[in-house]
Amino acid sequence: MSADFEPVVGRYLRLDLHGKPHRLYVEEAGTGLPLLCLHTAASDTRQFRALLNDPRVLRDFRVIAFDLPWHGKSSPPAGWQDADYRLTSRAYVDIILAVMDALELERPIAMGCSIGGRIALHLALDHPERFRAIIGLQAGAHVDPYYDIDWLHRPDVHGGELAAGIVSGLIGPSSPDSERWETIWHYMQGGPGVFKGDLYFYTVDGDIRDRVAEIDTTRCPLYLLTGEYDYSCTPEDTLDLARRIKGARATIMKGLGHFPMSEAPQHFFSYLLPLLDRIRGTA
Amino acid sequence: MDQLLQRVNADDRLVWRGRFVDTTFLLEVGDTAHLIEVTAGRIASIRRGPFVMPSWTFALRASPDAWTQFCLPEPPPGFHDLLALVKRRALRIEGNLHPFMSNLLYFKSVLAALRPLK
Repeated sequence: MSADFEPVVGRYLRLDLHGKPHRLYVEEAGTGLPLLCLHTAASDTRQFRALLNDPRVLRDFRVIAFDLPWHGKSSPPAGWQDADYRLTSRAYVDIILAVMDALELERPIAMGCSIGGRIALHLALDHPERFRAIIGLQAGAHVDPYYDIDWLHRPDVHGGELAAGIVSGLIGPSSPDSERWETIWHYMQGGPGVFKGDLYFYTVDGDIRDRVAEIDTTRCPLYLLTGEYDYSCTPEDTLDLARRIKGARATIMKGLGHFPMSEAPQHFFSYLLPLLDRIRGTA
Repeated sequence: MDQLLQRVNADDRLVWRGRFVDTTFLLEVGDTAHLIEVTAGRIASIRRGPFVMPSWTFALRASPDAWTQFCLPEPPPGFHDLLALVKRRALRIEGNLHPFMSNLLYFKSVLAALRPLK
């Protein structure tokens, strides 16, 4: 009996980022157009497990996902213990472009969720020539805070337990239990302070409200998909974006929450696959 | 509200999740206050106001309409979760939030037990 391996291959990539050596975990599967996937805050590439396994996608696309430094199996840089982790727009864009350069990805499709959806807007604005298309999942230009993020990093509150409580309500109520709790588990495994450090980007540094109208979708098409139960990036936030960015196409996904590719992948694919076909030019 | 005590205490896994929770919190439905005492994850008592000098660690305050929507079997988006209510400014959570935030999943599940059984 042969081992039942998935088509996903994971490797560690050595990369210098901001003058420091890093060890980044990268997964990929499939062949064809590169599709670079960006996970949400405080989670990792496992959110894209279904996409990395779907034969309909792998036939035409080379799906690539990597864990941001500090996330999943990517380590923080040496010396991490001496400073707070805080993700900035600049650092986030640099990491993505450095990974693309290292993997020699020629104009990939970028698809990011939540903080990944936010940085996708930054990419669309500042680096449209580097991408064939950009897909923002749960993408808004900013978020109104609805809890004090200091709770996420203090020794007298278990960060994993709290993260589970925070994200549980962001998942669509009808998403399957197995996928819901898998999604929550990734959050429960995050390192101390990582969620908070990511939300620094999401709530403060990555606010792009003043600039989104400058995104030129004739240079790079922009597609926005948002789950209707998301109260972090609400459907209204996404529709507001679509109104302000000429040529952006927005779709509100029924029943889904903040983690469509992870909480209910098959339902999500009913929205994503036609979009991927369209981007390939076969629709 | 009458069934909350039985619903929570009958759910062994939920009681286990709250096994370190010992607190009394205030639940306001408009002007109607309730003091809910939790002991080791079990609801020990639910008392309905008005109260002269209530003592509690944290308070959850929302309008009758907001709670009604939250308690629907399939609440609409934005009313389906305590933090969703906070985000839309329909729920205020005040006081010493440490027990609440330390046991957020537990308290979300306790309040979700207000919904009719499916």
